[in-house]
Amino acid sequence: MQHSVTQPKVSPAAAAATGVVFDSAVRVLGGRRVLEGVTLHVPAQARVAIVGRSGAGKSTLLSLAAGLADPDEGSVAVGGAVDATGRLGRCALMPQRDCLLPWRTALDNATLALENAGASRREARARAAPVFGRLGLAGAERQRPAKLSGGMRQRVAFLRTLLADKPVLLLDEPFGALDAITRAELQEWLAQVLAGEPRTALLVTHDVEEALLLADRVFVLGAGRITAELEVDVPRDAPRREVVTSPEFLELRESALEAIA
Amino acid sequence: MRRWWPPLALLVAAVAVWEIVVRAAEVPEYLFPAPSAVASALVQNADLLGDATVVTLREILLGYLLAVAVGLLLAVVIHFSKTLRRALLPILVLSQTVPTVLLAPILAILLGYGIGPKLVVVVIVCFFPVVVNAVDGLGSADPELVRMMRTLHGSRFTIFLRVEFPGALPAIFSGARIAATYAAVAAVFAEWAGSSEGLGFVILQAQPALETARIFAAVLVLSALALGLYALVALAERLLVPWRSEAARA
Repeated sequence: MQHSVTQPKVSPAAAAATGVVFDSAVRVLGGRRVLEGVTLHVPAQARVAIVGRSGAGKSTLLSLAAGLADPDEGSVAVGGAVDATGRLGRCALMPQRDCLLPWRTALDNATLALENAGASRREARARAAPVFGRLGLAGAERQRPAKLSGGMRQRVAFLRTLLADKPVLLLDEPFGALDAITRAELQEWLAQVLAGEPRTALLVTHDVEEALLLADRVFVLGAGRITAELEVDVPRDAPRREVVTSPEFLELRESALEAIA
Repeated sequence: MRRWWPPLALLVAAVAVWEIVVRAAEVPEYLFPAPSAVASALVQNADLLGDATVVTLREILLGYLLAVAVGLLLAVVIHFSKTLRRALLPILVLSQTVPTVLLAPILAILLGYGIGPKLVVVVIVCFFPVVVNAVDGLGSADPELVRMMRTLHGSRFTIFLRVEFPGALPAIFSGARIAATYAAVAAVFAEWAGSSEGLGFVILQAQPALETARIFAAVLVLSALALGLYALVALAERLLVPWRSEAARA
């Protein structure tokens, strides 16, 4: 197992204790019950993916976990905290779009959370700069987002999320806007980076293959409910091409697609 | 440089036509002076115009800076407090409905012939476009950026500092550029209402003497000042909002 690239200031005890628990969570938006009693458990330090069609309520589910909204019924707890502020303090969200600030360089976008938390710009840069090379971002430090490719922008956005030093990472369709090749490249990259992070990761995606490649456990969300739960126990050390064509992988993919349909 | 040629050529052509028409029709100089007469008035009155320019330029610059500062301050207050927004916005709109022509003499009576009443007039005329654009700009931050900031230790203040304010800069500069074109006219208005120096005063004095060429010369200087201020603001925008032009080129 490799080391965490960002050397997070998350205490191992906190990370070990910070799972996410949804208990019959209902969310009503504009009179519609977007989430209809979601119950799921994300164990601490697990990699869990939620797949579903567009409009299934995936982003709403992440907002609840992040503490950006409260469930209308039921409860959502992160590391035992059920209040929105407590959840907000334990989760870092990587939104669907990269949401990089156009006026900041790549380096200063990555350090955003550190500066928000009170670090001086110098301290923050000193911590983020060494990670740039290791995440395939060498040379991009001083570029503004407009000059970066889509893949680079996602990497910076992910690094920014990591540097928030929160025990739980919430990833909302992190590669949804990328072309297929860059997407495959970044999935591999993310799997590697996450392998070294002692954190809980909850990923939301409409791409079944992506979910199966990145998560240990996959929940299928349909019409506001969890309709299936899959344990991903296929070996994933082999090159991607072999992994995605192995019989076990194809079987899992088949059952996930069936649950979505 | 290339984009300067069309307006420059048009300007030169207009001046040439003006010169030819005035000479051909033998229009008396006190009615409508030819460009050459304006130019010679400019040279002959160089000392007078120079002193007046210094006075008016100070009114324009100080008044404008004050207007931008007041405008930004009001915009931030309005942005942060819903109550103050409801209380202040109607009053600010009301302040724009009072005709400057009427306000300036009253201010001259109240505050005298010094620079004070001029600054007040320039501020009243110029702050409004800054406030309106800044309030709009601050309020139109991308909600997704704000959500992202909240999960990354962002507080109300750091969200303002790192997302809302930089994001509002283009809008703020739109307002500041509009205000820059008003400042020179406002300063002259204020001088007409009561003063003993400045370009507005020069114009006022030249009128009864039928020194029309001198009036034109003063107006020419005034236009140059307004243009210069506008260029300065545009330059400041290029320096302070570099990501905008970079993105456009990318």
